[in-house]
Amino acid sequence: MADLDAFRQQTRAWLDENCPPSMRKPITKESDQCWGGRNFTFESNDQKLWLDRMAAKGWTAPDWPSEYGGGGLSQEEHKVLREELARISARPALSSFGVWMIGPAILKFGSEELKRQHLPAIVRGEIRWCQGYSEPGAGSDLAGLQTRAVDEGDHFIVNGQKIWTSYADKADWMFCLVRTNPDAKKQLGITLVLFDMATPGVSTKPIKLISGNSPFCESFLDDVRVEKSQVVGEINAGWTIAKYLLTHEREMIGGMGRTASGQKTLSQVAVECIGLDGGKLADDMLRGEIVRWDLDAAAFALTAERVLDEAKTGQGVGAASAMLKYYGTELNKRRQELLVALHGSDGLVWEGEAHREGAIPRNWLRSKGNSIEGGTTEVQLNVISRNILGLQ
Amino acid sequence: MSALVLNEEQQMLKDAAKRFMVESAPVSQLRALRDNNDETGFSRELWQSMVEMGFVGTLVPEQLGGSQFGYVGMGQISEQAGRNLSASPLISTAVGGVAALLLAGSSEQQQALLPKVAAGELLLALAVDETPRHNPAQVGTRLEAQGDGFVLNGRKQFVVDGHVADKLIVSARSSGADSEREGVTLLLVDRTAAGVSVERTSMADSRNAAMVTFDGVKVAATDLLGDTGKGFAALELTLDVVNAQLAAELLGLSLESFERTVAYLLERKQFGVTLSSFQGLQHRCAHLFSELELVKSAVLKALMALDAGADDASMQVSLAKAKASEVAELATNEAVQMHGGMGMTDEFDIGLFMKRSRCVQALFGDFRYHANRFASLKGY
Repeated sequence: MADLDAFRQQTRAWLDENCPPSMRKPITKESDQCWGGRNFTFESNDQKLWLDRMAAKGWTAPDWPSEYGGGGLSQEEHKVLREELARISARPALSSFGVWMIGPAILKFGSEELKRQHLPAIVRGEIRWCQGYSEPGAGSDLAGLQTRAVDEGDHFIVNGQKIWTSYADKADWMFCLVRTNPDAKKQLGITLVLFDMATPGVSTKPIKLISGNSPFCESFLDDVRVEKSQVVGEINAGWTIAKYLLTHEREMIGGMGRTASGQKTLSQVAVECIGLDGGKLADDMLRGEIVRWDLDAAAFALTAERVLDEAKTGQGVGAASAMLKYYGTELNKRRQELLVALHGSDGLVWEGEAHREGAIPRNWLRSKGNSIEGGTTEVQLNVISRNILGLQ
Repeated sequence: MSALVLNEEQQMLKDAAKRFMVESAPVSQLRALRDNNDETGFSRELWQSMVEMGFVGTLVPEQLGGSQFGYVGMGQISEQAGRNLSASPLISTAVGGVAALLLAGSSEQQQALLPKVAAGELLLALAVDETPRHNPAQVGTRLEAQGDGFVLNGRKQFVVDGHVADKLIVSARSSGADSEREGVTLLLVDRTAAGVSVERTSMADSRNAAMVTFDGVKVAATDLLGDTGKGFAALELTLDVVNAQLAAELLGLSLESFERTVAYLLERKQFGVTLSSFQGLQHRCAHLFSELELVKSAVLKALMALDAGADDASMQVSLAKAKASEVAELATNEAVQMHGGMGMTDEFDIGLFMKRSRCVQALFGDFRYHANRFASLKGY
């Protein structure tokens, strides 16, 4: 405990000195979020400085081993770091599918060569990753994917189409599920491979969503050469890793139910929009709805914390991830509905700098996808009822 | 911030409480008490066994004969009592009475009374509410100075176990207007004292409370708990302690209703298949499962916050009681619905869980009361 207290003091002092004041302000627009990568344009010098300083400590991936560039922190130290970052409302230094998803999979299943090649670049925010999972014919039934990889000795030739690849047009590398054995049972013929988006034969096309934005793409793979050294784990054993990654993705998306560090709480926004009357929000009906949300959000945040704490004592996260994904995304959708309601007609203005280019309605519309991507709400409820409750 | 998991000792206490309640205080015991129109409403023998198990003295300091196991520890007992609908004065005496004495009583009062409580020789009851819906600041019962003592006049309702308690812990007004926090005094009154009349109110859950009237009851200065007119803060803390335990009890009865319902769906056949194969029921169960996970976290956090004396303990308690009440209502309603016609019969236990749930929800503030308090504590 004494060690942990010392670590907290050191961390606090380091953050005081190294987190630029502008990186302690709430995130209000898309470009406030730092995704890194070869083509990323930093919004400010502070944004770059904050990334570089955190990356140098390995704190963009705090619990990865330091030999691969990570922070090498224990679970307890990682928790202290999170608390101290939250205390000063620090923005995340790096938002990264590399840190959240493929990095942990490489750490767990990848070869030493893959770890050395990819992990340090992820920590430094140099390479931006996208996920090639869903296909036009394989959504909820992901294991039915058809993108073919034909064995050519030391490499594969890949042909097929992926859809809902987040930011594929901005990404540098893709982690991609491909079918390497079309004759085996569908879950047993899948392999997870990595390739550079600059490889000949890779092309992307953004998909315009109801929000008017295009965070997702279609990705076309025509005779794409993938070296066998870029297979994560064993050939034909990709489904296990895919499920492991889906668990991570669910937790990440589920995490959206929590108020992120640097974000205003819903009740703070409500007070700003509606005002107080005798210490209470001036609109009774809205107050009631906001309290309901607030209670659920508080209990959900505690649940995410408890699941992590239980994971440390050896009780798995696997089963809980479907519940976190389901509840977290539904919570975020409720939050976005309430934000639109709180802002009234201002919450429906679509364009113009005065209304942050329609951030409120666009975020609201974007949130509708939360309960679809990464396994729909209905799939999560199936997982809970079958795998946890044994109902079938 | 400590991890949101039980430590080894707390887990052992939970296991012991589980075995004990299943063996010694099962649902069938509550049913028998009800069917026999038992006027006490619980088994005195069971109470003595709970004393021997150390449950009654869980919150009592060691030097006063208790085990001082803390609120998290007590919460494990309450949860198991909830699972089995165990009828006993644990909430009124071992939680509410002990907390009031610890938070408001002098060391003389604690030394005189707490060992007796831990030994099972003294039953206590909180006499707080005067209106049908919980409102602790609404105190019209008056305490006036007279000679070298005081005189008490007024009326209290929903005094759980008030029909058998040896001593009542009463909130009364020494000054100020009816709904003010200032001017409230806590005091002890013997149930059998002259001027006290107690009318048993048999509740929907087959447990008992009382309507208590004080008519010119003489109170000695030594029976005041704390200073005159300064009792509200201690009362609020006492109610926080009780509400955290009620939330744990609601968690237990919700989990039990849910598990019984899942078992029923796996067994009951219609259209040639078990009910568990219908997605319409599966998804409702999966939703309820998720809500119950939230309640587990909120209850454990509230108990830990009380043990740690955290600044936000009141807020955590209101979160836990609100969420536990909301989900218990859903869990017991779904349980009855999914049991179909069987759920409507007295023969099936599932209805007993619904009835107990509503009484625990209402006691010292339901979802609405605590949701409102949560928002107020958060400044909106």
